[in-house]
Amino acid sequence: MSSCTAPNNVEQALGDKILHFGLGAEPQYLDPHLASSVSAHNVIIALIEGLVSEDPKTLKPVPGVAERWEISEDGLVYTFHFRKNAKWSNGDPVTANDFVYSYRRILNPNLASQYASMLHGLKNARRYHREGTSWEEANVGVVAIDEHTLQLTLENPTPYFLELLNHYSWFPAHPPTIEKFDAFAKQGTSWTRPGNYVGNGPFVLSDHKVNSVIEVTKNPNYWDADTVSLNKIRFYPIESADTEERAFRSGFLHLTQTVSPDRIDYLKENYPDLIHFESYLGTYFYRFNLDKAPFDDVRVRLAFNLATDRKAIVEKVTKGGQTPAVCFTPPETGGFTPKARFKFDPDKAKALLQDYLNDKGLKSFPKIELKYNTSEGHKKVAEALQGMWKENLGVEIQLLNMEWKVFLSTIAKRDFSIARAGWIGDYVDANTFLHMWRTEDGHNNTGWSNARYDELLDLAARESNATRRFSLFDECEKLLSEHAPILPIYFYVHVTLRSPTVKGWHPTLLDHHPYKYVRLLKGKE
Amino acid sequence: MSKFILLRILQAIPTLLVIATLTFFMTRMAPGGPFDSEKNIPAEIKAKLESHFGLDKPLHEQYFLYLQNLLHGDLGPSFKYMGWEVSELIAKAFPVSAQLGLLSLGIALLLGLPTGIIAALRKNSKYDYLLMTIAMIGICLPTFVLGPLLILIFSSWLGWLPPLGWYALSDMFLPSLTLGLFYAAYIARLTRAGMLETLNQDYIRTARAKGASPLRVISRHALKGGLLPVVTFLGPAFAGLISGSFIIESIFFIPGLGKFFVTAAFNRDYTMVLGTVLFYACLIIILNLIVDVIQATLDPRSRNL
Repeated sequence: MSSCTAPNNVEQALGDKILHFGLGAEPQYLDPHLASSVSAHNVIIALIEGLVSEDPKTLKPVPGVAERWEISEDGLVYTFHFRKNAKWSNGDPVTANDFVYSYRRILNPNLASQYASMLHGLKNARRYHREGTSWEEANVGVVAIDEHTLQLTLENPTPYFLELLNHYSWFPAHPPTIEKFDAFAKQGTSWTRPGNYVGNGPFVLSDHKVNSVIEVTKNPNYWDADTVSLNKIRFYPIESADTEERAFRSGFLHLTQTVSPDRIDYLKENYPDLIHFESYLGTYFYRFNLDKAPFDDVRVRLAFNLATDRKAIVEKVTKGGQTPAVCFTPPETGGFTPKARFKFDPDKAKALLQDYLNDKGLKSFPKIELKYNTSEGHKKVAEALQGMWKENLGVEIQLLNMEWKVFLSTIAKRDFSIARAGWIGDYVDANTFLHMWRTEDGHNNTGWSNARYDELLDLAARESNATRRFSLFDECEKLLSEHAPILPIYFYVHVTLRSPTVKGWHPTLLDHHPYKYVRLLKGKE
Repeated sequence: MSKFILLRILQAIPTLLVIATLTFFMTRMAPGGPFDSEKNIPAEIKAKLESHFGLDKPLHEQYFLYLQNLLHGDLGPSFKYMGWEVSELIAKAFPVSAQLGLLSLGIALLLGLPTGIIAALRKNSKYDYLLMTIAMIGICLPTFVLGPLLILIFSSWLGWLPPLGWYALSDMFLPSLTLGLFYAAYIARLTRAGMLETLNQDYIRTARAKGASPLRVISRHALKGGLLPVVTFLGPAFAGLISGSFIIESIFFIPGLGKFFVTAAFNRDYTMVLGTVLFYACLIIILNLIVDVIQATLDPRSRNL
């Protein structure tokens, strides 16, 4: 480690208790009802608290604004009892009506929130959000029984409902502030600037210089302020992984958002105590386009899947501790681990492809394109697969990298044969992964539609028994592996550099870290 | 002279209009839009989102609306940095870039000019070859190599300077040096060439024959003519320097204009692209005008051109 003559941020932080946080990207929004990125999440959870909060180790729901709650026997009605000392940062009490207002705001179609559908589990929420029904008429399942009691009624018993509440889309916004800035149904207002922002979280927004720093300072009005050890958190939107690493190594940052894949080997060898590999709830995969030949034929899709040596990809290409994706939902997602069905069997792959070629009267397989968004990491994986498929199937694949926005519009237009994709879970339940392959889901983008699959998910949504629910999910996974509209490759791992002085920071599947438990100390905890 | 300046300003108006028009339509022709993301949103929600920012109107209507707002100095809201106006983001980022640019220019001139003059005076000597070789390396070495290299030496090994940021005075040295060295190399070569040409002129010989001291010949006579190519180069170079450098800003994590300029294109942040392009165009026009005025002062012949 290098050291500058003046004490660096990390050394100084032991005294001033400021956490210096590598944020990656500058968030587009700091409004919980409009946010749509990991970087926004990382800042918003410092500023706002939902009905429940998270256990720093398990992410299990612990009391937040609500000090206790009851769930009806049928699992449909949740009654939350607010703590009396829950306050907004300006001193106003946090009331049940603030939540009604907030849910009405995010579901308001005129706000055009990208994450409003997260609330569709609320009874009639979809009617109001998507079907043009007025709020009064729609009778959405959110009622303030009194100032300190909120009742939420769901469409279906949702076993992961409390976990869902820790997604920022369920967070409250301070109604008088929203009204003051006319932001109820409007984007791009300035209520989210320092000085204007009123939150109810452990910190308040004290500074925001775009592309430079977002600073939050301990909120004395927070009900659990005594637990909060940090005085400030400074978030730095450093997009370059190399710059982030230099910042970390010079003691400017306590932790980085990412690590450049090319640097992993070096850092593993030289700084084994500082580099961390933590499971992350996400799957890296490829989509097939079922609208077009040759991937309209299931034999071809299966052949490509069987010709993919996922173990070799994670061991020789990505090398960041990823695990081979032998199913689509990552293992242990909310207690559910699908059976391993996407296997490597080059002989069977070859036979299937030959069968297809004979059937179609083709001498050779047509040359096809694999599209991916420009990135060194994606390129390496694509090249490895290109070689693997050439070797195992004798097919020629042309690689085509595209700038991000061009790539997105290409996928949306379904102008591809094979395309790279990734999916990070929004909450710890298999539904966040399996839902996207429903016929009508906007993320499907493969052209695959299976009535039984949709039905299984409907059944799972109404099922409250975990074992039966998991077996329905597993049946979905089985259908996915049999029809193979996708090619899962690996499960993500979050690779990060972290100073040993950061305590109370535990690896969690969603990479969530409630800041109120974070401490900066030398030596052992 | 004032007529000349006025004419140039009038000429700038159609230039800016052409730039605004081309940029407007080119950004719209690029596939994808500011609100495309990996998380698909239903078409009607996306339509609402676009209508928030007038993107649902016919393109020509959007164009005229943009020009109309532009006349009032309104560059519109940024689509990427929600809640911020393009003009205020430029107003915050430009001083940073200008600071970095000016410091770099200072370093470039401080190193480049004496190097060029010495090389010219000691033409074809070992000093000349050595200095020009260094300058050539300086030109060839890209900033994304030089930057990390300087960080490695001054920050990681010696621990003298911080590797990134734009908070204290000490933060400014490495990025300014990285950017300045590249320009110093250019200036050195241009100064040398300009000086050599001037030193062969008749009036220099006359000055020498009249018994002027070598120092006086250089400072009063040769330098004035010899610097002309440097001044010509400095106009656009200065505009480039103070309008930000994406690479330097990324390496050293500096909140300058270069980053806004480049990422705006990737984000399809239409208003930000237009704002930064127009701002950059204005800068170039103004600086070129200043260069022309300086040139006219240095070289009376160019006044009539």
